[in-house]
Amino acid sequence: MGARNDKKGIAFTFPALFLLGFSIILPFLAAAVMTLTDQRMLSPNPTEFVGLDNYKRLLSIRVQSVPPVLDDAGTIQRDAEGNIRYVRSAPIERTSDGLPPYQELGVFSIGNSRYVVQVRDPIFWKALANTFLFVLFVVPFQIGAALGLALLVKNPILGRTAFRTFFFAPVVTSMVVVSIVWAFLYNENSGLINQILGVFAGGGVVAINWLGNETLALPAIALMSAWQGAGFQMIIILAGLQSIDEQLYEAARLDGASEWQQFRHVTLPGLKNTLTFVVVTTTIAAFSLFVQVDVMTQGGPNDATTTLIYHAVQSGFREQDVAYGASVAVVYFLLVLGVALIQRRIAGSAER
Amino acid sequence: MNLKLALRYLLLAILSMIFLGPILFMVSSSFKPDEQIFSDLRSMRAFLPVGDVSLDNYEQVFAQSRLFLYFINSVLISAITVILGILVNSMAAFGLQRVVWRGQALLLALILALLVIPFEVLAIPLMMIVAKLPWIGVDAGGLTIVGSWFNSLHVQIVPFIANAFVIFLFYQFFKDIPLELDDAARMDGANLWQIYWRILMPNAKPVIATATIILFLAMWNQYLWPILVIQGQETRPIMVGIQQFFGRTADWGQVMAYATIVTLPVLLVFVVFQRRFVQSVAGAGLKG
Repeated sequence: MGARNDKKGIAFTFPALFLLGFSIILPFLAAAVMTLTDQRMLSPNPTEFVGLDNYKRLLSIRVQSVPPVLDDAGTIQRDAEGNIRYVRSAPIERTSDGLPPYQELGVFSIGNSRYVVQVRDPIFWKALANTFLFVLFVVPFQIGAALGLALLVKNPILGRTAFRTFFFAPVVTSMVVVSIVWAFLYNENSGLINQILGVFAGGGVVAINWLGNETLALPAIALMSAWQGAGFQMIIILAGLQSIDEQLYEAARLDGASEWQQFRHVTLPGLKNTLTFVVVTTTIAAFSLFVQVDVMTQGGPNDATTTLIYHAVQSGFREQDVAYGASVAVVYFLLVLGVALIQRRIAGSAER
Repeated sequence: MNLKLALRYLLLAILSMIFLGPILFMVSSSFKPDEQIFSDLRSMRAFLPVGDVSLDNYEQVFAQSRLFLYFINSVLISAITVILGILVNSMAAFGLQRVVWRGQALLLALILALLVIPFEVLAIPLMMIVAKLPWIGVDAGGLTIVGSWFNSLHVQIVPFIANAFVIFLFYQFFKDIPLELDDAARMDGANLWQIYWRILMPNAKPVIATATIILFLAMWNQYLWPILVIQGQETRPIMVGIQQFFGRTADWGQVMAYATIVTLPVLLVFVVFQRRFVQSVAGAGLKG
């Protein structure tokens, strides 16, 4: 440590502290307070404290059972096609609590009973599901690709540096640019991807509407995101690979271990910490999916690519419901925090 | 054995094509008229600047979008943030690492804790804060008070100068610079500022380069924040510029020319600082 000097120490640190207070601590506290109000961007009415109403609106969910129609003898009635007939579900009641009414999110059946899932904000629940789905698509794919690439360029072969640079090039390209270029690659009629598929399909015409299809849009964005980011994880995994003692491989080879066995019993255990770290950071980044969606699909088709951050910006900015948008962001933050805490536990148990 | 090596190279070649393909397609198409972009799609020509190549698309883009203005805006925003960011964050790290004072351990812990908060959580509340924040502006040669930070360059700079991760990088680096250097300078009558400016900073070139790359990339790629706080064209950054251009044109070649221009500065930094660049980005990832 250097010289003791209370005033100078504070003086050196103060500009950064002041700015961090302004750009992180203040808005963070404001977020917490704001989500308990009905603040809007421009509103003639004064902002009022509304307690947990925003979170109730976000998180309210209920399941209502719909019984089958019975005749006087108690037998289940069926329609002409043999499907069970159900009592018409009760019309959605007007609420007196100022919250939006429940809407149907989905229906499922167990045995002869039918259940209706109702929520107050269906888009939020779709966004939540889409965000998790995106994480499930992109994390294994991107890290699997990164690990493969790292293993391919690990050994000293001619042109190794060039290949590393090639795989890293998309990382350097901005996500907005990547999204625009890939929107052309995914184009239904003249997109490069359909054209290449056409060539491989024997010269036929392939017209898959990648981004306009509810099932394909999110995986298509995940594929592109993995392409953009894999080179980044590759570099980190390469650093991890270099820290594995070469003698371990030699010993394994002396014992007659195959390449797969070396990978399974030397490489993977040696990469444990690196991979844990890579999984967590990729997961957290995936939770914040926004740019790709905003540029390529605007949340569509039919909300199939709406994510938490997209929903937050949509309601908090474009619909001017600031408090509500901030509440969506807080839910996102709690998810990310949860992931970070799980990582700590895993990292902690690995050290022991 | 040789077959195995050949297979490996084949695989590497295919993968290189997958990773470079879209970028080559972008750059090549930017020189071609749309008809040729479409007719080239089914051959390797899609990835090569061949045939009827010209700078027409570039001319059109500059004529139809205020690309030059947006480009300058982004350069200014990035450059000022990088310069101020390096100064402010390295000073903070110096104060925390080289000077002894009460409360510094607590502050260091607080700054590290801030790393957990993603900007996405702060964006909407920060937007509400800057909406009503005054700023001194220059109007017709005199100073005036402007009632909001919206639609300005400083709203895109000030919130991103202080960066907990960059402070952390400098802190770690300063730890490895021996205290004897400070002591020697102090013997020669140097004060704390001189120790910081003349001894530590000249020794911290690698971390300055890393911080430059991290801050530059983050600023050049800004998208969510300007969407929230910039409505007009005057202070629009280039990422919003290209997104809007993409939204209102059907001309592929022009969009690709725009995309190439946006990518150029980053590519330049990448080529010049290649080794440093890769290490920095990987290092930025390793902050956990």
